[in-house]
Amino acid sequence: MIRFDEVTKAYPDGTVAVDELTLTAPSGQITVFVGPSGCGKTTSLRMINRMIEPTSGTITIDDRDVTSVPATELRRGIGYVIQHAGLFPHRTVADNVATVPLLTGTNRRQARTRAIELMERVGLPASFADRYPAQLSGGQQQRVGVARALAADPPVMLMDEPFSAVDPVVRDQLQREFLRLQEELGKTIVFVTHDIDEAIRLGDTVAVLDVGGRLAQLATPADLLATPADPFVAGFVGRDRGYRALAFVSAEVAVVPEPTVTLGEPLARARDVAVDDWVLAVDAGHRPQGWLHLPDGGGLSGDEVQPELLNLGGTLAPAGGTLREALDAALSSPSGRGVVVDDDGRLVGSVSAATVLRHIDTAGAGVSPGGRA
Amino acid sequence: MTDNVLVWLNDPQNWSGTRFTPGIGAQIAAHLLYTAIALLVAGAIAFPLGIVLGHTGRAGWLVSVANGLRSLPTVGLLILLYVMVSPLISGRGDAPYLVPTEIALVLLALPPILANTYAGVRNVPPDARDAARGMGMTGPQVLLRVELPNALPLVFSGLRSATLQVIATATIAAYVGLDGLGRYVYDGLASHQFGQMAGGAVLVAALALLVDLVLALVQRLTVSRGVSGRFSRRAAGGDGRTAAVTELTAGSGEGRERGGNDAEDSSRPVAVLAPSGKHPPG
Repeated sequence: MIRFDEVTKAYPDGTVAVDELTLTAPSGQITVFVGPSGCGKTTSLRMINRMIEPTSGTITIDDRDVTSVPATELRRGIGYVIQHAGLFPHRTVADNVATVPLLTGTNRRQARTRAIELMERVGLPASFADRYPAQLSGGQQQRVGVARALAADPPVMLMDEPFSAVDPVVRDQLQREFLRLQEELGKTIVFVTHDIDEAIRLGDTVAVLDVGGRLAQLATPADLLATPADPFVAGFVGRDRGYRALAFVSAEVAVVPEPTVTLGEPLARARDVAVDDWVLAVDAGHRPQGWLHLPDGGGLSGDEVQPELLNLGGTLAPAGGTLREALDAALSSPSGRGVVVDDDGRLVGSVSAATVLRHIDTAGAGVSPGGRA
Repeated sequence: MTDNVLVWLNDPQNWSGTRFTPGIGAQIAAHLLYTAIALLVAGAIAFPLGIVLGHTGRAGWLVSVANGLRSLPTVGLLILLYVMVSPLISGRGDAPYLVPTEIALVLLALPPILANTYAGVRNVPPDARDAARGMGMTGPQVLLRVELPNALPLVFSGLRSATLQVIATATIAAYVGLDGLGRYVYDGLASHQFGQMAGGAVLVAALALLVDLVLALVQRLTVSRGVSGRFSRRAAGGDGRTAAVTELTAGSGEGRERGGNDAEDSSRPVAVLAPSGKHPPG
């Protein structure tokens, strides 16, 4: 548990970066600081490991004042991940990951074993151990950054916009894996971002900070979307928050069976089973591969269902997922039928946008702060 | 002219020396000694100064002032120093000549070493420096374990540039009566033996290149490949994509899965068709 108690950071020129911040980041949870630039979110984060010293107020970790131990010792016990990963260019990946263990006197062999174990944990092959950061992509570097922060197994992790500098596809993947990792590790995490979507996706609790270091609202993501505390928060969480709130309601929408063709089957069979000119193609393991469009007298070449004939549009909704995922699958599907899959990626059935909307209508799901999925 | 140089360089007596004149080997040794003294003194001043200024980020103007030293004409400076300093030095031997010479050479070597060391430490990626502090390194640890290794390429380039200049300029030692390869240049000029003069010049150039080569080798051995960017052929091509492909064709099921982790590099359709949000958001 990390507690801020009336913490203020003011600079000699009179700028107040953080203004009497009082909040608690619960143990084993992700607390996200979000806000526009100049709101003091990074300053607040950096005061936890004393990269910046507060002007007044106290910060405690598990009831121990952070100033009660030397700064370097404090920092070695706190994981630290920053925006561009901040890897050491002159050290190999394994040596980067082993930084803190080596600082605290772990012997080289043990530190390396631990480093490789952690690399695999964050999804990097062990063969990367002897590469240098310059040989890695941005996403891979950030994975190394996370592994490095985890190396000494610190109970607390500070993450300062760790996923901001990578492209959206990679960011999505890193966020997903980060949540998986946190499920396993249960660290106490303070996470800084300027991206409200990221805050809502990752945070157990979200602290919205306003310019000048004022805490505007501290709430769960669902509450934040449903009941913004003031106009600033309402403006900051954005216009499509009604739609985003659907991400916190699990879908108990009726899924209907969807006729399919298997890759390699004759097109003639596809024509037989197509509904409204569209048929879903699956592989031998019954995993959806894409949609096949068969308009009347359709000019498709070839005799068999082949991957290159497929329309790859359409996201997949997991069975038991959220209303947002179900609705998105339906809206993005070229056939208008959203594809629902199970945990192994196998087809369960399909759902239409109308079905989802009817469900929202009857359950009044979208607007009330429901339980989180 | 060229013939004269070759004749002079090929004359064994020039190499072995006579009873009255030292051979080329001895002059090279003297030349290297003057150079080494100048570089050691300059290094002892400029290197720590550059590191401290770079580490703290303070007093960068000092570097500009030092750079101004480059504009001093060395020969003029030497004569001035000789006139001013030598009378203060009592005693026999070379000291009255050596001290002004070394001061002139040190002033020549200081700016490149200082400026490059400063720039090298300054240019360490700020993220790496921040991460080093944030992970609990002390100030000296940040300096020795992160800043210095990353500053090395520039530190070396400063040292090499200083070395080249000092070796070339150490010829002026002969101007005040000391030894070194400058002896051949000045004596050759005075006695109109142009073969000797040009031969001396060729030797200076060759010596400079040779020493630079040695320093280049030392640099290669001490600078991390991660900083210099020299990656082995196997890992060459450098980006994760190549690596991922190698992993895949290597073939085991595990390899395939690892490759899959690189989907962040692969094409869009895979990402679109992957189950979206298998984990609940938040």
